[in-house]
Amino acid sequence: MSIYVDNGATTKLSSKALSAMLPFFQEEYGNPSSLHSVGQRANEALTDARTRIAKVLNCDPKEIIFTSGGSEADNQAIRSAAMLGARKGKKHIISTAFEHHAVLHTLDKLKKQGYEITLLDVHEHGLVTAEQVRKAIREDTCLVTVMYANNEIGTIQPIEEIGAVCREKGVLFHTDAVQAVGHLKVDVQEQNIDMLSLSAHKFHGPKGIGVLYARKGILLEPLIEGGAQERGRRAGTENIPAIVGMAAALEEAVDGIEEKQLKLKGLRQKLIAGLSKIPHSVLNGDQNQRLPGNVHFCFEGIEGESLLLLLDDKGICASSGSACTSGSLDPSHVLLAIGRPHEIAHGSLRLSLSDENTEEEVDYIIEAVTDVVAYLRSISPVWRDLQAGIQDYIIK
Amino acid sequence: MALYSDKVMDHFRNPRNVGVIEDADGVGEVGNAKCGDIMKIYLKIQDDRIVDAKFETFGCGSAIASSSMATELIKGKPVSDALALTNQAVVEALDGLPTHKIHCSVLAEEAIKLALKDYYERNGIEYDKSQFPCCESCDHCSH
Repeated sequence: MSIYVDNGATTKLSSKALSAMLPFFQEEYGNPSSLHSVGQRANEALTDARTRIAKVLNCDPKEIIFTSGGSEADNQAIRSAAMLGARKGKKHIISTAFEHHAVLHTLDKLKKQGYEITLLDVHEHGLVTAEQVRKAIREDTCLVTVMYANNEIGTIQPIEEIGAVCREKGVLFHTDAVQAVGHLKVDVQEQNIDMLSLSAHKFHGPKGIGVLYARKGILLEPLIEGGAQERGRRAGTENIPAIVGMAAALEEAVDGIEEKQLKLKGLRQKLIAGLSKIPHSVLNGDQNQRLPGNVHFCFEGIEGESLLLLLDDKGICASSGSACTSGSLDPSHVLLAIGRPHEIAHGSLRLSLSDENTEEEVDYIIEAVTDVVAYLRSISPVWRDLQAGIQDYIIK
Repeated sequence: MALYSDKVMDHFRNPRNVGVIEDADGVGEVGNAKCGDIMKIYLKIQDDRIVDAKFETFGCGSAIASSSMATELIKGKPVSDALALTNQAVVEALDGLPTHKIHCSVLAEEAIKLALKDYYERNGIEYDKSQFPCCESCDHCSH
């Protein structure tokens, strides 16, 4: 038995996406830049996928650039905006403390190159406000980059309002929407978005493919030099099977999105209610302003990796967002950003649902997590001290 | 390759010697909850021999496995053997640990040494201070 609740890490490829992709491996394998008919058929597939994706995002197909994924799109958006800013003497960028590392590490690099970075506080519930953005914007601000939904705790940021502030102030607005696209409404016009990053494998599309949407008129700096693909903004032969699969997966994901959200929210609230019964546990991130399938908890007195390994033994595939699994010993920057102390941040669990998960699975997960947390506490000296009153509980 | 060897997973899933010795002759605790690992080792010592060893651990899979293996390696052994136990011996007995988890075996070695130091001090036994870790600080992460 295997219960997959790590859809924030990646998702299963949908059958529709797979069947859309298959002809492009052995039948329609042409290079879209070739002039012969096999190449031109590939080019038609590329144009068709671009048009369909643009329709979902509500933009012009020319505003879609295919990338290798979300990280590349984030890198290119931020670097391009930084270069554009520098030409006008604007070298200030606003972001948040809990962005994905694809954003934070790019900003770190720009900081070393003389840019000034303001990281907004995300508060206890993992939310920023448009007002914070307004206050942080300066004469020399060239970019605001705020994620649509956080990848660990799932909190949804008010990007439409943030976008409106940026429009008013004449500052470019980029959003890392990797966790949001396919799960939440996206409309780049209505939501005042200048640039947006997305990744196909987060919505049941293939890995290794993503999109950078950039509004007409924003000059993009290529990260990869070479041929004239993607109108000179991204060199390299296009990954046609993946692009076609992404278009199919995106259409499928947004078809009936509201019913799927309702179903997921039901499962999510049930999980939250069940796990909240574990003593000295706490939900991370706002209770309601979060991705429909995201549940993220901290449990006092235990460490996240042991929890994950024992859940895996019970057939549950989850993640912690904790350091241990990633090879670093420092706890999650996201949990630290919402003010969880290190001691607590080590004992975290993220369950990210898809609409394939069932109520029965949720019941099983609640029981399994409750048992494993109790067991790990029974062998934990920290828990013994807490129980004996030698230390005070951090999570009441 | 899996994250951990079969030996590590076995000692993690079925840890030996978990628990507390209420009338322990020596207790050693190392690590820091901020770093994500705390290890506490209890020893029962008779006639200069470790007659029982138990542990409690807050930490990752390799921290639990290291505590389990370290207590197995010293149980029934003379105190001098326990004192000579190195983290490398724990790593080898576990068929290896990933590089970034080696500090878990260091914690096991240090916890045993601290428990022995506690035993010496409780019983007024002279010991070579240079053989023991100097403090309980955690050097393994930035906190």
